Amino acid sequence: MRHRFSIMKRFTAKTVSPMLVLVLLLVIWEMSSRLLDIPAWLLPAPTVIVAEGIDGWGNYQHHLISTTQLAFFGFLIGATVGLVVAMTLHLLPAVKRAIYPLLILSQNIPIIVLAPLLVIWFGFGVMPKLIVITLVCFFPIAVSTIDGFRQTSYELLHYMHMAGASKQQIFTKLELPHALPSIFSGLKIAATYSVMGAVISEWLGANQGIGVYMTLAQSSFRTDRVFVAIFFIMILCMIFFGAIIGLEKVLIKGRGKEDES
Amino acid sequence: MSELVVEKISKLYQGEPILSEVSFSVKDGEFVALLGPSGSGKSTLFHLIGGISKPEQGAFYLDGINITGQRGAISYTPQSPSLFPWRTIIDNVVLGLEIHAKPDYDRARTMLQKAGLSGYEEAYPHQLSGGMQQRVAFVRALLSPQDFICLDEPFSALDEFTRLEMQKWLLTIWEENRQSVLFVTHNIEEALFLSDRVIVLSSKPAQIKKEFVVPFERPRREELLLSEEFLKWKKAIYQELQGNHDERHH
Repeated sequence: MRHRFSIMKRFTAKTVSPMLVLVLLLVIWEMSSRLLDIPAWLLPAPTVIVAEGIDGWGNYQHHLISTTQLAFFGFLIGATVGLVVAMTLHLLPAVKRAIYPLLILSQNIPIIVLAPLLVIWFGFGVMPKLIVITLVCFFPIAVSTIDGFRQTSYELLHYMHMAGASKQQIFTKLELPHALPSIFSGLKIAATYSVMGAVISEWLGANQGIGVYMTLAQSSFRTDRVFVAIFFIMILCMIFFGAIIGLEKVLIKGRGKEDES
Repeated sequence: MSELVVEKISKLYQGEPILSEVSFSVKDGEFVALLGPSGSGKSTLFHLIGGISKPEQGAFYLDGINITGQRGAISYTPQSPSLFPWRTIIDNVVLGLEIHAKPDYDRARTMLQKAGLSGYEEAYPHQLSGGMQQRVAFVRALLSPQDFICLDEPFSALDEFTRLEMQKWLLTIWEENRQSVLFVTHNIEEALFLSDRVIVLSSKPAQIKKEFVVPFERPRREELLLSEEFLKWKKAIYQELQGNHDERHH
């Protein structure tokens, strides 16, 4: 009983105190924008933002759906490319030696600055947007997956060698399941990147999406709408992140000990 | 049937000889202990038998067939249990089999039951104690399709009490199957208690120092450990090992 009680206490302490801080911040924000008469185009009060969020649902709902789809498919393509690159480089060490340094180097180019080029080459359609998202997503996945393969337990590898396992068996029965936690940490990073990539690619030119909604709101000084967009981007990131954590819980088994420590 | 012949094996490591003309054999159904101080190249010998590296000289024959440099010819249990953390116990014990053929889950279940591990089939390794994990690793070796079993100091990480329990357990399991076993250890008592023959290795480079044929009857009981005769044998082997040290100092 006491044990359960202490868990509950810890749970409430964990969630209640940040909640309190959040509420406090919102109250300060609301009070100061009312008392100090801050103009709404500069910093709208939270209540104004919430009101716009509710009233304007019909205005931005299709933007939201479009961005969600873009981020989702971009993430899927990025994750696939990342995993394929990681496996190829892992299974072909000679290729890895030749390409891996270049891969790291390529990440010194902020992908965002490539976006105008992509627009020139591929126009304003879905293609350049998916390329931007793929480019920002595949790298964290590829790197963490390669790391996961490299950190394969020496003891287990030794056992597999002694047991006479083939290279393919070592890969499917040992290296791949062993790398799963690393793959997932890459996927989690990539999930939030994909939303960011989607919004930024929409800024550059699109006819719908949260990014478009944001640029429109900004040019007409509808700061409340900018905040609504920011809020939904946060929610979208959290849903993506949560979905991946859920998938991780289902797929990663028997490592309770490692998780606790 | 499975009989292992080790013929004049020599191995260099970074230019230094670590095994020098090591020859011995393990007959069918025999339990042989390879005894030597730590760092005497016992594990290296296993790596060579397992085909992970090749000897500079010499050959291994299993049932008359040359298996030098060939992987997967023997069944093996390492020092640490080396269980796969994401596999349940039942999935872990069939792994050796899975690599070469289709796993037989019914036989695995029966084996686990005999090993005193029933009820843990669906558990994960981290939920088991060190001794139990080692049992699982041994069951995995027994279930592997290879008849010849190599055990590399399987109990060295366990405490004294668990170790004795495990030794008795190993003997009961072994009595049922009587597979050929090569057991590497640095513990004299363990070697004497378990094996039919104790081969004493010297160190740097490892050479066969002496061979003792253990006369104790099977099945062996715990009382044996405190008998006059057991202690006499222990002393004899101890002196043989001490001899190594003297030679090195002079």
